[in-house]
Amino acid sequence: MRIRAQVAMVMNLDKCIGCHTCSVTCKQTWTNREGTEYVWFNNVETKPGIGYPKHYEDQERWKGGWKLDGKGRLVLRSGGRAKRLSRIFANPDLPAIDDYYEPATFDKDILVSAPGGLTDTPVKKPYSKLTGEPMSIEWGANWEDSLGGDTMDQDPNLRGLADKVKFEFEKTFMFHLPRICEHCLNPACVSACPSGAMYKREEDGIVLVDQDRCRGWRMCVSACPYKKVYVNHATGKAEKCTFCFPRIEAGQPTICSETCVGRLRYLGILWYDEDAVLAAATVPDEELLDAQRGVFLDPFDPAVQQAARDAGHPEEWIEAAMASPVWKLISEYRIALPLHPEYRTLPMVWYVPPLSPVLDAAGAAGRDDTDADDIFHTIDDLRIPVAYLASLFTAGDTAVAGGVLMKLAAMRAYMRARTLDGTVARELLDGIGMTADQVEAMYRLLAIAKYDERYVIPAAHAKTAAALEDLGGCSLDGDGGPGMGGGPVPVILSTRRGQ
Amino acid sequence: MSTFVWIVVPYVCVGMFVGGHIWRWRHDQFGWTTHTSQILENRLLRLGSPLFHLGAFGVIAGHAMGLLVPASWTHALGVSEHVYHLVSVTGGVVTGVMLVAGLTLLIARRFVSGRIRRVTTTMDKVLYAALAAMVVLGMSGTVVINLFGEGYDYRETLAVWFRQIFHLQPDPSLMTGAPLVFQLHAIGGFLFLAMWPFTRLVHVWSAPLAYLWRPYVVYRGRRGPAPAPQPAPSAVRTVSAARPSAQPSVRPAVQPSDQPDRPTVKA
Repeated sequence: MRIRAQVAMVMNLDKCIGCHTCSVTCKQTWTNREGTEYVWFNNVETKPGIGYPKHYEDQERWKGGWKLDGKGRLVLRSGGRAKRLSRIFANPDLPAIDDYYEPATFDKDILVSAPGGLTDTPVKKPYSKLTGEPMSIEWGANWEDSLGGDTMDQDPNLRGLADKVKFEFEKTFMFHLPRICEHCLNPACVSACPSGAMYKREEDGIVLVDQDRCRGWRMCVSACPYKKVYVNHATGKAEKCTFCFPRIEAGQPTICSETCVGRLRYLGILWYDEDAVLAAATVPDEELLDAQRGVFLDPFDPAVQQAARDAGHPEEWIEAAMASPVWKLISEYRIALPLHPEYRTLPMVWYVPPLSPVLDAAGAAGRDDTDADDIFHTIDDLRIPVAYLASLFTAGDTAVAGGVLMKLAAMRAYMRARTLDGTVARELLDGIGMTADQVEAMYRLLAIAKYDERYVIPAAHAKTAAALEDLGGCSLDGDGGPGMGGGPVPVILSTRRGQ
Repeated sequence: MSTFVWIVVPYVCVGMFVGGHIWRWRHDQFGWTTHTSQILENRLLRLGSPLFHLGAFGVIAGHAMGLLVPASWTHALGVSEHVYHLVSVTGGVVTGVMLVAGLTLLIARRFVSGRIRRVTTTMDKVLYAALAAMVVLGMSGTVVINLFGEGYDYRETLAVWFRQIFHLQPDPSLMTGAPLVFQLHAIGGFLFLAMWPFTRLVHVWSAPLAYLWRPYVVYRGRRGPAPAPQPAPSAVRTVSAARPSAQPSVRPAVQPSDQPDRPTVKA
């Protein structure tokens, strides 16, 4: 056993209102620079929909993630090492910028500089940030917001379901899916990087791109099944979500979590066994979820704690792992699920699936969306939302997805009975196999948990903090980096273009 | 004059090639990249880039064969002049045509696509012009003189001079009698080498062959020290509430050195 710590996130999708505050603050922090105009380390997409970039979940097309070959061995979907190098001159699986969108700006100056006395109100026109030419805006990172894109029937997760969804349009459902880099335990991007510039940090599992070692071979972009590695077209290098590592190291939540209006994000650490990762990524589809849960180590197990101590982890981390809301949601209550476990990257951003599509469906079917029995029947009857959620979160296993929804519905009904009637609905607890204490703790974590309960992040080893004084400046201040300033400007050749 | 052109210039160029790479490797790791633009334009690149690169491999191999292998070695192996000529001209024309086609597509891409034009740097333009000039000169040497013309045996003159440069005793008289096209191509080649480290061509030295052997997932420890832990918001609120008269400070003035642990001051 090789014990490692991983900073992980869980998002409670029922609470996401699709306000995009996380995306905006992330962009202001990390990607408001030339070359990253089209890049959203955090984006919020409406499901069902084709997402950002378009159809990113269609791995037949982009060849992202891993698969099992004919002999049951784990291989990158885009092929082996030699095949990848043979395609280095033109990567056939690389999305084009139009698969994301063409970034635009506006000549806002016309609004104040237009001559007076016009009969028409002056209108600002969009200009391409890529060419500087006037353009018409035809797509964006959240073009489908709240099903506005008229693209829901093209969602790859609806294959085999699309007709039913179209026919039952009056029962249509939607929810928002915020996405960041998954900081996978078995990252396909890292595995596909020819330069070895991408790496997983030993201390906290954050996946990063070494900007000095990246040579722009762009294999990471196509290998990531979530399309969360991007090419900065000004610097010619790959960039990705950093899990706000400077904040995490300082014991603060990521900027997307910090500014989340719905307070739906949870951050904490998990212990995992690095030696178990490969085996867990190699099991058949239907065992993937359990196999990935099995990689995580119980933070309350004295043997695990001792192993962590032996591996040099500070006591503070061992305590933080026990208080981790992520551990509770994933392994104790078992209501958080990974996004597309069938990509076999072992993603580390998990989701509590939304009950709202089921509640909406119950309402549309004339049932009572506060009655547990009616909701259970809805979950059983209305296969479409459940099957859809299963194709997102459980590699198609509707029993597991339905079971999580049952837990959420039972929790609602239990708390409703408790608060309004003062009764303990024992039959609900038996139905989901949880104790009253567990359900109430789960309710508290999902509904009213405070800042310190949602974000349990131990600071990086404080011992080394004193050495900070020698650093002299921010490590993000490199040219092209988000800091962009302070200190001498490094020598750069052929990376700047005239405006 | 011939001393300057055939002795001084080559050595200065080789010096710039070596020194330039050392300087750039040390000072510009961030700029050391292929500078991919595939996400901006894929249609022409899909064909042009493989043609250009594979053609370039062939051309480089051909130059190595022609310049580094003395004629006496191939004679000793029993390769007749006619066979050698056939191989070199055929190989040169095939790979040369691939190179020309690829380069044409890649240059056309820079003109056709407004997106690509926008990211083309001055150094890119210089590089494309130099590449085009070298390819035109080289192809005219191979096609015009050696395929359709009377032929020129560069192996007895140009190649000998080239090898002498590395033996530190080049004889400029070997080059003075060469046809103008070969003279220009030879000296242009050295100027091209001098320019190399200052262009995106440096990515050639980062050809990721080590990828074939390394483990898939790379783990790396954090380099350098961790930043000072920041106080929890509750601690900040407590501190500023306790001192209402003081300037509101987001971060309590705690020196990292006298801060053994994460400050979790709670009321």
